[in-house]
Amino acid sequence: MKMTGAEIVIQLLERQGIKVIPGIPGGANLPLYDALSKSTSIRHVLARHEQGAGFIAQGMARVTGSPQVCFATSGPGATNLLTAIADAKLDSIPLICITGQVSSSLIGTDAFQEVDVYGMTIPVTKHNFLVRSAAELFRVIPEAFRIASSGRPGPVLIDIPKDVQNQEVSFSGWPEPGRPDPILEPDADSIERAIDLINSAQRPILYLGGGVNHAGAGPLALQLVEKAGLPTTMTLMGLGAIPVDHPLALGMLGMHAAPYTNLALEECDLLIAAGVRFDERATGKVTEFCPRARIIHIDIDPGEIDRLKVAHVGIVGDVNAVISTLLPLVEERPHREWLDFISSLKARYISELNIAKNPHTPCSLIKQAASLLDDEAVIVTDVGQHQMWTARNYPFRRSRQFLTSGGLGTMGFGLPASIGASLACPDRKVVCFSGDGSIMMNIQELATAVEQKTPVKVVLMNNNALGMVRQLQELFYGRRIYETFYTSRVDFVTIAKGFGVETYDLAGVSDPRGILETAFKSDAPCLIHAPIDMQYMVYPMVPPGASNKEMIGGKVRVHS
Amino acid sequence: MFILESEAPEPVRAPCRSTVLQLSVNNHAGVMSHICGLFARRAYNLEGIIVMPVGDGKRSLMWLLVKEDQRLDQVVKQVMKLEDVIEVKNQGIDKETLAQLESFFMRADAQV
Repeated sequence: MKMTGAEIVIQLLERQGIKVIPGIPGGANLPLYDALSKSTSIRHVLARHEQGAGFIAQGMARVTGSPQVCFATSGPGATNLLTAIADAKLDSIPLICITGQVSSSLIGTDAFQEVDVYGMTIPVTKHNFLVRSAAELFRVIPEAFRIASSGRPGPVLIDIPKDVQNQEVSFSGWPEPGRPDPILEPDADSIERAIDLINSAQRPILYLGGGVNHAGAGPLALQLVEKAGLPTTMTLMGLGAIPVDHPLALGMLGMHAAPYTNLALEECDLLIAAGVRFDERATGKVTEFCPRARIIHIDIDPGEIDRLKVAHVGIVGDVNAVISTLLPLVEERPHREWLDFISSLKARYISELNIAKNPHTPCSLIKQAASLLDDEAVIVTDVGQHQMWTARNYPFRRSRQFLTSGGLGTMGFGLPASIGASLACPDRKVVCFSGDGSIMMNIQELATAVEQKTPVKVVLMNNNALGMVRQLQELFYGRRIYETFYTSRVDFVTIAKGFGVETYDLAGVSDPRGILETAFKSDAPCLIHAPIDMQYMVYPMVPPGASNKEMIGGKVRVHS
Repeated sequence: MFILESEAPEPVRAPCRSTVLQLSVNNHAGVMSHICGLFARRAYNLEGIIVMPVGDGKRSLMWLLVKEDQRLDQVVKQVMKLEDVIEVKNQGIDKETLAQLESFFMRADAQV
């Protein structure tokens, strides 16, 4: 057989099972696009900005758990991808970015649209490649898939110079598609020590993170919770690992947790951390996190064990495999006293200040939306106040139900990630809660949503401000509100109409739920404009850098 | 006035032992950036580096002179996660060779 490098790339991607590739063509990746145009099994999704393409691919990867691919050209095409790559790194998402590069002979000459994307992506990828010859592609493409999906998943970048894309090579056969490395058995000694701690704990708490969702360990985690009687908290990335409305679920921990969750963590004598990285948004001041607890830390990445918090027992392994080993060995414990204590904490504090009857409050809007959706729906957010309101109020009940930019906190994530989720799972309803600050960072992808007929529902909470930053100024900068509100009012309904999106406006309506219901039933992409009061804050809140017990707001006694 | 970096006060350093990590790595143009970048990102100082291709040139051997503080284990774990790193050794490195190299560098510096 004889083929060009570009044709080899497309064939190898087909053999990996790739069906959709978002991207944008340009001078340096035209051979790839020419080869892609002849593919019968891969559909290209033309984004309006490379960051949009990166997040569309991320949306596909986040809902399916399998590596997904996006394309960009050299120079600005590649630099526009960087944010989506860094985002995938921090949330451990298997993303494969294939960028065109100027021809090998021009590398290092400051050629038109040349940038050292290999060098630029070293810190934000799990691994990256600069392909020097077409023959290398037979190794590099399957390797990229193996690396992206093995162990702790992450992004991989493959930079392919234009002459390599055009280079013809003769070859006799195809390599095997790249697959994740096999899962190793957890260390028996660590398992034994963990079991001793679990079975002797009086006040244990299970702490589940994104790794549980990545490993598909939610169902087993739930069995462990119920058998060992473990009150369970989840990180932002872990939400849905077990249903957040389960009697043993304590909701999210950390900066925007319910007070009783953080206070229970103060008292626990054993913290079983699974698939978490002790991020400071979850732990607060880490030296003061769970001061009375022994710690069992289960993670697939050996680099996470003892990194921020020294574990009494560290177990390196796939969370699902580890939990399945622990499950038959843990004793059934009711932990009656401990659960009663937590219930009493819960009764002392109410978590929301705005459980008012007003149907236009952010929390009420989220709950009304939830009442119209089943657990099959995918919920996506952008970044800011609306993200925390959604995390705190939406009843997440399964893994991969909630897509959010946790680690990098990228405003602009929501809309393109929603499009990706809808492309990968056309049978699921996809609802994106966004804000007026975030939506503007990738609003151009409304055009992509219309073209692709992805019926994403964007609920746009508009307070005409960078609400979360404004909240920080209000609370920690002496109420000096500076450059966090907009002086003009953008007419989002008109703009969305201009993109060809179906629009709804909740301004002044008496029955927002009815309008949400109509929008959710539509087969088209919709923008639902929801004006909200700028005064609403995300409470409670732990000041950045403080210990989790120092919560502002939310310390409201129900019966005082 | 332009202030030269050397005019800034010397940072006070806690005395700690140095050690030499020996890395076996894939030899290609980007591998040095991967290793050095990792140390820089994790704010862990590399005191010295020696790299030579070995065998048929597909692999290189790297010697990294580093301070042996309590973060070393963590940095080694991170180094081992790099795809191009085949093996990391922290023992049995021939320190005499390194001492000879040090005096070689000092002589070279004296001639600058």
